Amino acid sequence: MSAEPVQIETDVLVIGSGAAGMYAAIEAARAGCRVMLIDRSLIGRGGATVMAQMTVAVALGAEAPDHWSHHYQDTLTAGRGLCNEPLSRLLCEEGPACITEMDSWGVGWARKDGKITSTFAPGHDRPRCVYVDFLNTGPAVSKTLRSVVHKTPGIARTGDLCVVDLLKVDGEVAGAVAWHVGSGAPVTISAKATVVATGGLTRLYRRNSASANMGGDGYALCLRAGAPLIDMEFVQFFPIGHLAPRLIGMDPIMWDPFRYKLGGRLLNRDMEDFTDRYGVPEDGKYVITRDVGTYAILKEVESGRGSPHGGAYLSFQHVPAEKLREAFGPVIDRLAANGIDLTRMPVEVAPIAHYHMGGVAADVRMRTEVPGLLVAGEAVGGANGANRLSGNAITEALVFGREAGRTAAARVKTMKAVPPPDKAARATVDLIRSDPPKDMPNTAAMLTRLQATMSDDVGPLRTAARLNRALATIGELATAVGDRPFGDNGSFDMQRLDWFDLRNMLTVARAVTQAALLRTESRGAHQREDFPEMLPQWRANQAIRLHGQDLDIATAPASAVEVAAQ
Amino acid sequence: MSETATLKIWRGQTKAQGRWETHAVPFERGQSVLDGLRWIRVNTDPSLAIRFSCINANACKDCMMELDGETVYACTARLEPREMQVAPLPNKKLVRDLVTEIAPPAERFAVKEK
Repeated sequence: MSAEPVQIETDVLVIGSGAAGMYAAIEAARAGCRVMLIDRSLIGRGGATVMAQMTVAVALGAEAPDHWSHHYQDTLTAGRGLCNEPLSRLLCEEGPACITEMDSWGVGWARKDGKITSTFAPGHDRPRCVYVDFLNTGPAVSKTLRSVVHKTPGIARTGDLCVVDLLKVDGEVAGAVAWHVGSGAPVTISAKATVVATGGLTRLYRRNSASANMGGDGYALCLRAGAPLIDMEFVQFFPIGHLAPRLIGMDPIMWDPFRYKLGGRLLNRDMEDFTDRYGVPEDGKYVITRDVGTYAILKEVESGRGSPHGGAYLSFQHVPAEKLREAFGPVIDRLAANGIDLTRMPVEVAPIAHYHMGGVAADVRMRTEVPGLLVAGEAVGGANGANRLSGNAITEALVFGREAGRTAAARVKTMKAVPPPDKAARATVDLIRSDPPKDMPNTAAMLTRLQATMSDDVGPLRTAARLNRALATIGELATAVGDRPFGDNGSFDMQRLDWFDLRNMLTVARAVTQAALLRTESRGAHQREDFPEMLPQWRANQAIRLHGQDLDIATAPASAVEVAAQ
Repeated sequence: MSETATLKIWRGQTKAQGRWETHAVPFERGQSVLDGLRWIRVNTDPSLAIRFSCINANACKDCMMELDGETVYACTARLEPREMQVAPLPNKKLVRDLVTEIAPPAERFAVKEK
């Protein structure tokens, strides 16, 4: 291994190659910038985008009249009063342009009679979600953007680069220091603008619907670079994640498309409909929003009326076999290979960590408080308030990614040279090269323990006692992790990768838990059993900053929500 | 008596200096080979190198390896209560254990020795 770090220089560094990162890279390169797109896994294959099963919310109005302002109104309503209104508006207003551009790139949105067709999803006032059949939206979006990235001059791409810290020079972010997983080498990347597009934090939880690389690393990177995070207590659980029987080779959120197309019935242990007890009679249609659905299922389980594995039944037994085949073709065969015949049996589903509403505080140009540091996609906090509307995540990734690319390109034009990284990178390079400590507990087991704690004590239903217990466990784990990376620093050292992940995940877990402890009310995805009411004084956002080792949390009233223009 | 899957795994950092290691994994119906490898990391040996991202969704296509001499995705190959032999892809550059260099050449990081 080289003694000195490998040094790379570029105009725009994009960290993360999901939809947000790839769109940012494309947009910056189209504006004439040299772009370096990096990912800790392989380019364009990890992250959350590739996992998306179906819906992309956008007021396209292709099949039936719609307007972005209606989408905006639904987004604000779903957000339970906490949306950052300008960000929500940007998502809804610019969505159609990005979806149309994706169409021109050949993503293959499902069509009827030549027009892009939209499906209805809970929380929307009309059919508004475009998709790619069958369960193929995420892979199609990833593949399309990957091929545009390949064709766009000026984008260098490198996988297996795990960013350890952002580089800060004279109060501005000037790139990043990374660790090449394949060789163990430290790498410094100097850049005029840096875009963090690393997605969310669902890996903090035992059962989750995202990739193994979604451990909230971008939140920790930005926090350490001085940028505040907001709304960290709002983790979205997807109510009907697959629970049983065990399946292989299927995404746990696969039942969402089934419900969009075929309705389906959510039933308790006694095969009774139960969502009406929680204020939402479904009557075989899919109308329950994610926060209410999660609450309803967990409460049924708590009352002893859950399914055998601790969830609810989802049944399509009333749907004829030909209809199932028509709606899901090849997926029916994959289910059969797993021993599942939906005409004869229900499956079991339960809430699963899915998306993070919180994130890095940013303005509509995707600028954080720290000059040179931009964010995009799920890494951005605020657009979805306390509860995200179905279908907004991919739209957010595309719109915010494009915006970040534009802003990065504008900044590059105003800067003459890239500041040298030497001194600023020193501490992080030393950390990457440091010898391991003598005592190295099992990193994979520590990650499992963190996930268990977050699931059991910082899940959708919270109490002060459980949150405090989680903070104690997080503290114990932080002590065990220490301040020197584990492993031998050879090629593909998984212990060292886990160690750098734990360093970030423990910080982010603490941010979620502390913010949840302070919010003494229940709203959207944050339900406090000891404070069950939604309180007007909590129409407020909590902002988190890092001071030394401590997290400082400040509360400010949420921006007044204007009535969406008709 | 609970059933066991026995995973015979190739370990090493160069093709010339490798070894076979045998791990017993508690078998449960509906597990993938990737589930078994992840169980080993959590319960026995966290240094076992495997490449995966989407975990079990057959989406990222990262977890390509050789199972009983055939190329598979570890997340879609069923774990079975018998001995299963797992090795890195033979036709790709070895990185470590079950990890090989599968990225397109333009997306690989080249370490320039100084």
